[in-house]
Amino acid sequence: MGENETVLNATPSLAARTGNFFHRYANPGRFLRLGARLQPWLTWPAILLSVAGIAWGLFLSPADWQQGDSVRIMYVHVPAAWLASSGYMGLAICSLLSLVWRHPLADLAAVEIGPVGASVTAICLATGSLWGKPMWGTWWVWDARLTSVLVLFFLYLGHIALIRAFDEPQRGYRAAAILGLAGAVDLPIIKFSVQWWNTLHQPDSITLTAAPTMSTAMLWPLLVCTIGFTLGFAAILVARLRAAVMESRVRTALAMRRGRADSHDARDSGQDLSGAVA
Amino acid sequence: MTHLPYIVTAYGLTIGLAVILGGGAALRLRRARARLAALERPSRTGGASAP
Repeated sequence: MGENETVLNATPSLAARTGNFFHRYANPGRFLRLGARLQPWLTWPAILLSVAGIAWGLFLSPADWQQGDSVRIMYVHVPAAWLASSGYMGLAICSLLSLVWRHPLADLAAVEIGPVGASVTAICLATGSLWGKPMWGTWWVWDARLTSVLVLFFLYLGHIALIRAFDEPQRGYRAAAILGLAGAVDLPIIKFSVQWWNTLHQPDSITLTAAPTMSTAMLWPLLVCTIGFTLGFAAILVARLRAAVMESRVRTALAMRRGRADSHDARDSGQDLSGAVA
Repeated sequence: MTHLPYIVTAYGLTIGLAVILGGGAALRLRRARARLAALERPSRTGGASAP
């Protein structure tokens, strides 16, 4: 019995092991080194793949027999939609890390994901609208898929506003993390909206469980664009996060200098006073 | 009906946003690195921070 207890106590729980894994990368210095090493491996493939994918989609891929050339909007719309959802998933994971493990980098990452995620969601909505006008004859319909993505955009905007709304940053991080986690409920709604409701938006052409319902001549450029845009999204986030860590270090160094200068001033004025008393 | 204006606008918006976000991140990183380096320089030599 006693032995069993020792063994049980000696084995760390899954939560503790997960926490340890994330805390290894909570060290800003370690992140800066890792980020500097990762940056070129994200940036250059992102540029190459995005340019190749866009050129392929615009000039080499075939037009659709029904939609004609407007199908080419798909090569920017679908990656933007994928990044809007996966960016929010990243935000929700950062929120969880912030609330459960108080991971300092998760808070900074959440601050940086917000504007980038909101921008790609805006692009998803705008390109969808630009695709909808020639195909559906309207810029917008209150369809389940479109509305749930619009809600996602507002969730991003709410997160951006909330995380900066408090004088004390920690309170902003906590409040925004709760919003980030609660808002994740919108992600399955976006994903399954085209199955749960009768929508004007078409069902998914690519799923994990079935063969794609589009021609491989369109699938390949779409895949290249999606990988390129995803790497670009990651590259921008890593660059912004590295900058945020450095800015935080600058603020700390300036505060320390100010503190030192104040203590010197206090000491000097103390000496003056003691001199005056003497 | 030509779809070209819709296609050009969609690609223009996407590429424009990518350039703004990417360029903005690169500039911000460069500025932060320069400020941090400028702050760390005197403390390494021990000159400016010494009382």
